Amino acid sequence: MIETDILIIGAGPTGLFTVFEAGLLKLKCHLIDSLPQAGGQCSEIYPKKPIYDIPAYPEILAGDLTDRLMEQIKPFTPGFTLGESAVSIDKQEDGSFIVTTNRGTKHKAPVVAIAGGLGVFEPRKPPIENLSTFEDKGIEYIIKDPEFYRGKDVVISGGGDSALDWAYFLANGVAKSVALVHRRNSFRGHLDSVQKVMDMADKGQLNLITEAEVVGVEGGDTLSEVVIKHKSQGEIKMATDHWIPLFGLSPKLGPIADWGLNIAKNSIEVDTFDYSTNIDGIYAIGDVNTYPGKLKLILCGFHEATLMVQSAFARIHPDKKNVLKYTTVNGVNGF
Amino acid sequence: MVFNSETMENNIIKVTVIDREGVAHELEAPTDMNMNMMEVCKSYELPVEGTCGGMAMCASCHMYVESDTELPEKSEDEEDMLDEAFFVDDEKSRLGCQLHITPELDNLVVKLAPVGE
Repeated sequence: MIETDILIIGAGPTGLFTVFEAGLLKLKCHLIDSLPQAGGQCSEIYPKKPIYDIPAYPEILAGDLTDRLMEQIKPFTPGFTLGESAVSIDKQEDGSFIVTTNRGTKHKAPVVAIAGGLGVFEPRKPPIENLSTFEDKGIEYIIKDPEFYRGKDVVISGGGDSALDWAYFLANGVAKSVALVHRRNSFRGHLDSVQKVMDMADKGQLNLITEAEVVGVEGGDTLSEVVIKHKSQGEIKMATDHWIPLFGLSPKLGPIADWGLNIAKNSIEVDTFDYSTNIDGIYAIGDVNTYPGKLKLILCGFHEATLMVQSAFARIHPDKKNVLKYTTVNGVNGF
Repeated sequence: MVFNSETMENNIIKVTVIDREGVAHELEAPTDMNMNMMEVCKSYELPVEGTCGGMAMCASCHMYVESDTELPEKSEDEEDMLDEAFFVDDEKSRLGCQLHITPELDNLVVKLAPVGE
């Protein structure tokens, strides 16, 4: 069991900065994030995009902002549970919470701060009627272990780097056959990834089907074929053991929506006095919350985190005096 | 530039957004606020997510252009993102965030694309 003072769900900019503000009050933090790295959207979606509205930074790349935040919170030695998503929350008799992830990791804290942004990033699923029938029975949205596909017939869909790179990898002596199905003639992946796949297709080591998309799936207990709609050739049925649709990720609020919190417009309602939710001890900050006048901006998340930790401190140490300290006076004293 | 009531009035165009229930919403959109169709829809609280904020990095503002309005060509980024979208119509599909509100878009008609799971 991981124990901490403030358990932060979401390691985006707001979650990371919470560690700093909590640290100034001598509160320890631990962060959970479903992504394998810290930074949230900043590192997952747009690391190379410049942000222009971080005070005192006329321009900063989203990836650099993440790096700087990590540096800023280093003195406070936060813990991380990365690549796991928070699934359930149980209130204990002493008023603390136990949060369990999808992999069963348990975290205990008197205060939970949800800084979950837009939610957990999940694979985007193509709109095919009986798709769910074959999920994990031939249809996989993520390749966990390429060895799983050894000697198998595999169809991959998508035009990005992950589709190209996996098609190349699996066609290289792993799978029995690989077909890459893509809607257009051109690919959005890196040029060398595209070239490698094109070369393999030329040599007949990979079946490249462009201007086409998978529109149907069929089988018995497991997937046995996919229906491919080709722009000029019409519908083609292709026997396969696996279909791996790789259409990127999209965020979903996920299990947090079932924690008994007041939800409006896919966001958690909070009191702007301290960003507390309707459940005593659970706060929500950053893009995940909503209140009259809410703006989904990183800088607003920073402000919300700062006010929130003051309230968290009072909850954790009800009898202890606390006064606003300026970092210019005492500097930053880590743990 | 002379600012008078007439030019102010000229800074507003009319666009029609047909929602997923088939209801047409006639909206007024300012041409001088650096807005795009995704943002116009959001400002009228129509069900457009705009998850990435308008960087052509998700496809949650996917819409079909139903009028014969002349539109700027799709950028490579927009083409790439539409590649990963679902329910794409090669002739009509656009990302709302890439349709900047200019006087040329007056009388534009768009229909919101269905949302996947």
